[in-house]
Amino acid sequence: MSATVTAENKPAPPPVERIKVKVDGREIEVPKTTPDWQGKPQATTMLQACAHAGVDVPHYCYHHKLPVAGNCRMCLVEFGTPVMDPATKKPALNEDGSPKIARSVLPYEPGTPRGAIACATPISPGMELYPGSPATAQMREAVLESLLINHPLDCTICDQAGECKLQEYSVEHGQAASRFVETKVHKPKAVDLGPRIVLDDERCILCTRCIRFTKDIVNDDALGIINRGSYNTIAAAPGRQFDNNYTLNTVDLCPVGALTSKDFRFKMRVWFLKETKSVCPGCATGCNIIIGSRENVIQRLEPRENDAVNGPWMCDSGRLDYKWVGASNRLKEVLVGGKPSTWQTALSEIGSRLVTAAPGSVAIVGSARLSTEELFLLKQLARKFDAITDVVEHLGEADRLLVHAEKAPNYSGARITGLAYTEAGINLPRIRAGIETGSIKSLVVVGEDLVAAGFSSDLLGRLSLLVVSDIVPTPTTSIAHYVLPGCAYAEKRGTFINAKGRVQKFMKAVEPPGTARPEWEFLHELVHQVTGGNGYSTIEGLFNLLARELAPLAGLEWSRLGDTGVTVTL
Amino acid sequence: MPQEYRLILKHADQTGYTPDIECYLRHGGYEALRKALATTSRELPDGKKQSPQEVIRDEVLKSGLRGRGGAGFSCGLKWSFVDRRSGKPIYLICNADESEPGTFKDRQILHKDPHQLIEGMIISCWANDVKLAYIYVRGEFPQAARIINQALKEARAKGFLGKNILGTGVDLEIHLHRGAGAYICGEETGLIESLEGKRPYPRIKPPYFPAVLGLYMCPTIVNNVETLCAVRHIVSMGAGEYAKLGTVNNTGTRIISLSGDVKRPGYYEVEVGKATLGELIHHENFGQGLRPGRSIRAIIPGGSSSKVLKAGERFKLKRKGADGQMTTVEVDLLDLPYDFDSLQAAGTMSGSGAIIVLDDTRNPVDVLANVSEFYAHESCGQCTPCREGALWMSKALHRLTHGEGRKSDADYLLHIAQNIQGRTICAFGEAAAWPTLSFVKKFKAEFEARGAADEAHPGKPPASH
Ligand SMILES: Cc1cc2nc3c(=O)[nH]c(=O)nc-3n(C[C@H](O)[C@H](O)[C@H](O)COP(=O)(O)O)c2cc1C
Ligand code: SF4
Ligand code: SF4
Ligand code: SF4
Ligand code: FES
Repeated sequence: MSATVTAENKPAPPPVERIKVKVDGREIEVPKTTPDWQGKPQATTMLQACAHAGVDVPHYCYHHKLPVAGNCRMCLVEFGTPVMDPATKKPALNEDGSPKIARSVLPYEPGTPRGAIACATPISPGMELYPGSPATAQMREAVLESLLINHPLDCTICDQAGECKLQEYSVEHGQAASRFVETKVHKPKAVDLGPRIVLDDERCILCTRCIRFTKDIVNDDALGIINRGSYNTIAAAPGRQFDNNYTLNTVDLCPVGALTSKDFRFKMRVWFLKETKSVCPGCATGCNIIIGSRENVIQRLEPRENDAVNGPWMCDSGRLDYKWVGASNRLKEVLVGGKPSTWQTALSEIGSRLVTAAPGSVAIVGSARLSTEELFLLKQLARKFDAITDVVEHLGEADRLLVHAEKAPNYSGARITGLAYTEAGINLPRIRAGIETGSIKSLVVVGEDLVAAGFSSDLLGRLSLLVVSDIVPTPTTSIAHYVLPGCAYAEKRGTFINAKGRVQKFMKAVEPPGTARPEWEFLHELVHQVTGGNGYSTIEGLFNLLARELAPLAGLEWSRLGDTGVTVTL
Repeated sequence: MPQEYRLILKHADQTGYTPDIECYLRHGGYEALRKALATTSRELPDGKKQSPQEVIRDEVLKSGLRGRGGAGFSCGLKWSFVDRRSGKPIYLICNADESEPGTFKDRQILHKDPHQLIEGMIISCWANDVKLAYIYVRGEFPQAARIINQALKEARAKGFLGKNILGTGVDLEIHLHRGAGAYICGEETGLIESLEGKRPYPRIKPPYFPAVLGLYMCPTIVNNVETLCAVRHIVSMGAGEYAKLGTVNNTGTRIISLSGDVKRPGYYEVEVGKATLGELIHHENFGQGLRPGRSIRAIIPGGSSSKVLKAGERFKLKRKGADGQMTTVEVDLLDLPYDFDSLQAAGTMSGSGAIIVLDDTRNPVDVLANVSEFYAHESCGQCTPCREGALWMSKALHRLTHGEGRKSDADYLLHIAQNIQGRTICAFGEAAAWPTLSFVKKFKAEFEARGAADEAHPGKPPASH
């Protein structure tokens, strides 16, 4: 088996022609084309050229993954273009030999500088951009003044405070006092746009990011603008709810506090949140996320941009599916024969009972919710006992954007480690039959409720050894001889491999409850105990070991996975 | 003696002239189309060959025809920008949204001589390989829409439209589309969005130049009603003859809408540049002067968005003498030839050809408040400077005309307007800002006096002028 490993986030683009421009007097060379929001090469824009020079051009409506609208005008930048000598048709030169540059001016008022919107204006060779000029500063200041005249300026009670581009740019580029003395336009407040989103139209700056995302990315025309001019108002189409599975992305996109998530609204100031890089466990897509937590409680999930997986988006169901992590019914202690016990007792008893099991009498059922490291350790156990293994299949609906039909994050990990053979679940009937005929006497289940998967309690009751690890009580844990409290993905580290072969790390955001431990930790101890083989007590070491042993992962190392992972050929 | 030269409106107002096709045919209608379709290819002195369509396009370019919709851009040049290699269909749209305050010329054609427009369109479409064209009619013109639709039906029945026009193998369909009543639908890219069934938000340029990425992202020509009618006459009389009408670089005829404080408001078709502003206002063939005892205070020369000219202003114009030498002459406002270049030299524009005369009973503050209310109402609201600035100016002017002004409002208004012009998606930004910039700069004393009076008597209704 050959392993193709790309360490880059994006495949290296073919070399493109480079052109020279000046940004505030500094000459730089930039690619003539740059991928647009759909990844198609387009003429590099002034905004992108400035970024190459390390200069941020403030912007509201522009978003690199949305079609360009050019409506906010915040990115206006003064510029100049080389003058052509009409006689020679060559660039005209100054006396010192430098190219003559014509600064942009209004065609009907040659004394007044003219800006171009950096987000949509292509650069041309020899162009000079003046993002730092007084004229540019004046244009920004004027746009900000305009944006603020009808804005309620209620930052003290606004959820966006701390993440608000209006606030941020006003400090950087605004002016101290507004000249505005008229009455403000009033618009609807606290509009219920749909089941998850509330809109404050007075805070909206009409950048249309939410509309463009909904229309051009999600293919939903639920959002639009009603009225005209200053009275323009974002609204759901008459009789429509803003209720697709991606609505919460508009909250991330909204540069101000106009769109808020009902789930997170008024919870807390964002600057109190601890941010942890992770991967959504909701389906086999494995969207990259940031877990926002405070005092050991998850407060929100947000997408983390990864072009190889989810771009900057995630689905609403994945985003809102975090409350189970801190649920009060979590398993908090080790149970032996239904009674509280210790890890040491339980693991050494399990170890010695497994070691004496007859070859072929052990079965192991893992879960595609487990990390690759955990699946790998289960596979090592299985090898030792010649155990039949599988994981449980959880299928649901897929969509055209992100959502995958497999409703767990690591089916690829299950297959690569060999815990699942091909399709998940094809060995389960054999395990069931084995228990029935008595050939299977010991069963280790990690992360699944087998009763829900079609194993009756009666059947499981026939086993002489039933070891179950889970994070909440289930009908299966209730009849287990040993119950081992495990961790949610947010309580441990590890890797998931998504449906397309993206190997991605997730990090620990919160502490597990009680004496619950990461599965990889206790599985590692168990493997160590029964095989006597030397293991690795760190997740890094474990990953590096499995990468050496599993052909598709050959050449990978934990340290090379980066924040956004590496794609392998499955 | 300055007088009308009726080319496009030649028949429109004749007694007994009706909009039906039979009447049009009796008056030589569709002969220009036959002539165009019979054009043969020709060889140029440099050996290059021109197809019949290229010949017509070349004629239009040589005629010097400039767009009659507002910007006065060369029609032939505009056509030359059309992307003919994209493999996509090319569309032509007739802009019949005529909404610029003070403008009422296109409606004369639409109501009285619809076939002239249709003939001009068929020729223009054929010359540009257009197979599908649209007439976008202003929402407030229901009767014009009915007349045009009837005329299209007649033209189809006579074989001027549809498949295989006049047996030449040429196909063309023209559809009429009615707007819903918004000034911004006259802006060509707003119009295109509206035609596509969307909110008429003008498009950013670059990249959406209609000649390349227009209707349905295909190359598109947008021309004004009067421009397309002129094409018909260029074909029938030949570019050379047409260019003899009017003046250098300002060829042909133009229908001027004269309104405001003149005795005989109305529309007058003249050779471009052959009559001065003063003549158009005072001459017995045109406006016949002001009412007794009144004098001119200001002139809005090219629709409400053009910059106002103040009585007594003088301008420097460059003129080419008989000896070919350029000389600069200084002229009074009333001696400005009414053409594209002279008005531009005077710092304003002839725009849609709508002259609005303000006499000395009009207070510039009230006039601007009125104009500004229109632009605040019509801003589409897409881009920040215009969306916020247009209403801001209007609110300030409302205050100033309702007893709550400040002396500083004059500068306040200039500040707002300066931050709109040149910074918006479409030229509506200029349309909204220019009246304010020009009125306040030229009548600053009046604006300051109004504000100062309010400050002296806060809360009092405005003193009558
Ligand atoms: C705000 C705005 C409104 C306009 N309204 C009209 C209109 O009502 N009719 C028109 O012909 N052109 C109008 N124009 C000009 C058109 O955008 C376009 O330039 C014109 O239709 C081109 O035709 P022409 O080259 O034949 O003049 C408007 C432009 C702007 C910026
Ligand atoms: S709600 Fe937010 S994202 Fe949508 S247009 Fe308004 S400011 Fe932009
Ligand atoms: S698509 Fe899947 S991985 Fe992505 S957020 Fe939704 S549930 Fe999570
Ligand atoms: S300038 Fe005014 S009318 Fe034009 S796009 Fe901007 S807001 Fe709309
Ligand atoms: S970012 Fe809004 S116009 Fe460029």
